[in-house]
Amino acid sequence: MSEYSFTGKPVRKVVEKVIESSLLLCALSCILTIFLIILFIITQGMPIILKEGPVDFVLGTTWDPYNDIYNILPMIIGTFVVTLLSLAIAVPLGLGCAMLIAEVAPYQVRGIIRPAIETLAAIPSIIYGLFGLIVLVPFIRDYIVPFARDYIAWMPLVGDLVGAKGNGFGVLAAGVILAVMILPTIISISEDSLRAVPRELREGSLAIGATKWQMITGIVTPAALSGIIAGVVLGMGRAIGETMAVLMVAGNSPIIPTSLLSMTRPMTSAIVLEWNYATGDHQTALFAIGIVLLFVIMILNLIIYLGKRKKLNVARM
Amino acid sequence: MAAIDTTIIKDTPASPAAAGDYEYVIESKDLCLYYGKTMALKHISMGIRANSITAIIGPSGCGKSTYLRCLNRMNDLVPGVRVTGSSTFKGRNIYDRDVDVVALRKQIGMVFQKPNPFPMSIYDNVAYGPRIHGTRNRQELDRIVEKSLRQAALWDELRDRLQDSALSISGGQQQRLCIARCLAVEPEVLLMDEPASALDPIATSKIEDLMRVLKEKYTIVIVTHNMQQAARVSDRTAFFLMGELIEYDNTRKLFETPSDRRTEDYITGRFG
Repeated sequence: MSEYSFTGKPVRKVVEKVIESSLLLCALSCILTIFLIILFIITQGMPIILKEGPVDFVLGTTWDPYNDIYNILPMIIGTFVVTLLSLAIAVPLGLGCAMLIAEVAPYQVRGIIRPAIETLAAIPSIIYGLFGLIVLVPFIRDYIVPFARDYIAWMPLVGDLVGAKGNGFGVLAAGVILAVMILPTIISISEDSLRAVPRELREGSLAIGATKWQMITGIVTPAALSGIIAGVVLGMGRAIGETMAVLMVAGNSPIIPTSLLSMTRPMTSAIVLEWNYATGDHQTALFAIGIVLLFVIMILNLIIYLGKRKKLNVARM
Repeated sequence: MAAIDTTIIKDTPASPAAAGDYEYVIESKDLCLYYGKTMALKHISMGIRANSITAIIGPSGCGKSTYLRCLNRMNDLVPGVRVTGSSTFKGRNIYDRDVDVVALRKQIGMVFQKPNPFPMSIYDNVAYGPRIHGTRNRQELDRIVEKSLRQAALWDELRDRLQDSALSISGGQQQRLCIARCLAVEPEVLLMDEPASALDPIATSKIEDLMRVLKEKYTIVIVTHNMQQAARVSDRTAFFLMGELIEYDNTRKLFETPSDRRTEDYITGRFG
């Protein structure tokens, strides 16, 4: 053995270098892809935004490809309303469910509910769409619409919000389907963050005579709040970006929805529906819708990122 | 210790436990506890006198914490735990079917090994207990918070920082805050599970001073792995080994002339 034995074999060094660089390449290709997509969408869509003017493009109410007018407010409102409705349904439901399996239910019950929720997350969106089309839309048409017409329509404000006419397609159907689709995200992330609340806090609360419910609402949920919000925002992102299931039940007329029962055309649906026959400015306008979608999703991701950082700061304190 | 405001404690009427209705505030008879099939506590019988400090010592895993947690039924939270025998609080068996555990824990508070302030302001931490038990009046809450913090010798240190996060104060302060949080619901008994084991010597001595003052009004049971601490603060000491109560006597007697060989071995450091 020579005195240089500890300097290692050059071959091994080369192999390590190769592995390191190929890993780096993998990571870089990821980032590159994202940049390329953003660049592509922006270059394709930007001209129409500049042509219409950003304010008109986003806040104008007329979407009329035949006359070359491309204002997307109806779609933005469509997306917004449908997402809001789905959150209004899914957040209380999902939070309740997360509380049940994280805090209340015995171990065995959790063993049943948890896989069921995971299955819910794995169902392809087209299946949700079919379900909505065959079950939900007829149900709304045959039961909800008559009910709204006979019993709710006379009420001031509420009557207008719900509406009295409809064929089952529209905001309500899309919102309900989306709620079911984002439920698993909200439940599993909320449950994880509820579970991550230290046992000491629970005991500290119970030890001065808090009931289980007071403990959950007063201590555990606030302590888990940043995680719960992350779950809700993630679900929101999914609701905004979801295309297929929404397309199948939303009715898709490019008007500003005025009630729960009126039809709507969210941004994602608009792109899919019109892509086949769009040319020229029309095609550019669809890309521009893509820019808006991308922008909104990126803001949501930023919120989650900042939320996580804040949580780390608290932990460090 | 100057920071402790004893006048507050003396001004308030003594708790019913001090009236001496019972020889023992807490009395366990033939108490056994099982984790599944493992017997973790074996036929424990001991009584705890009002307005005294009772220390429970023993090596790790001897069941001392488990026993402490039996006294306000915190073990109910552990799945698979079964308790036989009885443990009374002021004459009532707390393991009876009709006992309201929430009301029981309001009267028998607990302080834990690791300081566990809630992630909210100092004020809200102390006000948490009174609030969940129905006190809404702001002035009343202010009064309780001040009184509890004074009792825990924290008022002078924290009076200007009540709205700061409870996580921003030192570990020793956090532990005293947890004691204040317990005191705010006016319990009769304070169970302390190694309350100073995560603290430095100065913070520890503050907790011990505090205990000596608090026993005027409260009954304190402390679990500790620190024998000097037991000797310093307690009136009576119980020695647990492998789930059994080996010896229970006046602290002085137990440390100076233990009657059981195993106690002597333990306190002289031959094992444990």
